[in-house]
Amino acid sequence: MSSLLKVENVHTHIGQYHILQGVSFEAKAGEVSVLLGRNGAGKTTTLKTIMGLTPATSGAITFEDEAITKNPTHRIASNGIGYVPEDQGIFGALTVEENLKVAMRKDDDSAKERQEYVLNLFPDLKKYWKKDGGHLSGGQKQMLSMARAFVNESKLLLIDEPSKGLAPVVIEKVMEAINEMKKQTTIILVEQNFIMASRIGDTYTLIDDGETVQSGQMSDLVQNEELKRKYLGIG
Amino acid sequence: MELIINLLINGLATGMLIFLLAAGLTLIFGLMDVLNFAHGGLFAWGAFSGVWFYGLTNSFTIAIIGAIVTGIVLGFITEKLIITPVYGNHIQQILITLGFMIVLSEMLKVVFGPNQIAAKTPPLLSGSWELGEVIIIKYRLFIIIVGFVIFGIFQFILKRTKIGLIVRAGVMNKEMVQALGINIKQVFLYVFMVGAALAALGGVLMAPYSGVIYAEMGMEFAILAFIVVVIGGMGSFPGSLLAAILVGLAGSFMAYYVPALSLAVNMMLMAIVLIFRPQGLFTVKG
Ligand SMILES: Nc1ncnc2c1ncn2[C@@H]1O[C@H](COP(=O)(O)OP(=O)(O)O)[C@@H](O)[C@H]1O
Ligand SMILES: [Mg+2]
Repeated sequence: MSSLLKVENVHTHIGQYHILQGVSFEAKAGEVSVLLGRNGAGKTTTLKTIMGLTPATSGAITFEDEAITKNPTHRIASNGIGYVPEDQGIFGALTVEENLKVAMRKDDDSAKERQEYVLNLFPDLKKYWKKDGGHLSGGQKQMLSMARAFVNESKLLLIDEPSKGLAPVVIEKVMEAINEMKKQTTIILVEQNFIMASRIGDTYTLIDDGETVQSGQMSDLVQNEELKRKYLGIG
Repeated sequence: MELIINLLINGLATGMLIFLLAAGLTLIFGLMDVLNFAHGGLFAWGAFSGVWFYGLTNSFTIAIIGAIVTGIVLGFITEKLIITPVYGNHIQQILITLGFMIVLSEMLKVVFGPNQIAAKTPPLLSGSWELGEVIIIKYRLFIIIVGFVIFGIFQFILKRTKIGLIVRAGVMNKEMVQALGINIKQVFLYVFMVGAALAALGGVLMAPYSGVIYAEMGMEFAILAFIVVVIGGMGSFPGSLLAAILVGLAGSFMAYYVPALSLAVNMMLMAIVLIFRPQGLFTVKG
């Protein structure tokens, strides 16, 4: 399979801090690539760098064979990359409906169909249609954030720790939805919960101290006790 | 009683003029975290261009349209030339916009002469109604009505249209808005131009109200508008209306009852609000 997104030796500075110090990996079309690593390893920054929110200071990011390293965030997004940030980024004073509407780039019949389809993945959202985003529970916010990233036909979704702070039943729902979205799009997932990560992921990339240390098939990592112990503190 | 009603009308009319300035300021700050001290200069340009158009055409409608167009054009130039290079840097914003404020007032003197200019009230809006003891000055009522109409139109746009949603979302979380594919700098340019237009509208309405216009008139109103933005909750449109009315009323009542305090009252109002609600009357972030 061909690679949809390629990250090559990316370095990112935030202020005077050198946060990413050589991150490289590929996301192949149709796969779920999982970014793993300790807290503070640089997973969130990697996603933000792909989105152009904390632009790379060197290295290259290629999406569909086109360099997007220096593109502004809005162009990266409208090229077909959806982003579900770690804090979900819900507009608190806008309703569920309005949160989706801000994201929708088209307003025709096909857009409405798409919205219907996405809402069927997250049926809870229909119940809270007129509720302010700020008044949703953590799980509902997570679902709204994913729906919002997916409501345009994104070719790639970046999802940052969707299970964080959620109850197990809710995590189950979120994971089901991701499995469903996986059929339609390519996903880069940051996930600390290794059980979830290994169930959903096709490939993994281990990041430590802002650097890629290893990439490969998820099935290999599951069996590699040493790697898991050393970089994830499990096993 | 009639005294109170008169003070009320005065206060409301002044409040509305402040609101027209503060409305743009609050969105400009809320959306892009930009401090624009040149806003008062746009107000003054609105007044001068409006009076000029009025002298030329004898039509107050054309004066208002002319002022608004002037505001839009100057807003475009200001955003492109002055604001764009200093995104993200408050100190630079304060310095360059204060400097530009001075440039704008000096330019007024170059174009319209250094002296203050008398401004007439259009005949249709001159005079007053007497309802028993209460004297309602028509022009003040006109300002109040225009203020509420503008508020209504913008509330509708902010609440019911896509661009309005984008602006509100941007005030809450501008990174997320960009990550949804929206060119926020473009949106901000529009907001800036609209804010400038409102300031210019405030200026042209101010002219007949005060009777004379002068190049520095924007300064004092801009300070009041900044106080209003802080009291109302930075970035909140309804907050800026409520706070502007408060400031207008406080000024009008204090000037009558406790004239010694009338200059300090706004600072006091701001201090009180900040003690009890540091985020301002309305909150928009989150
Ligand atoms: N805005 C910032 N300013 C300074 N340091 C930051 C900033 N954002 C992240 N960092 C630092 O960068 C490192 C990586 O952070 P992050 O990408 O959030 O890690 P992860 O998502 O893997 O937990 C951490 O040490 C964090 O403290
Ligand atoms: Mg993180």
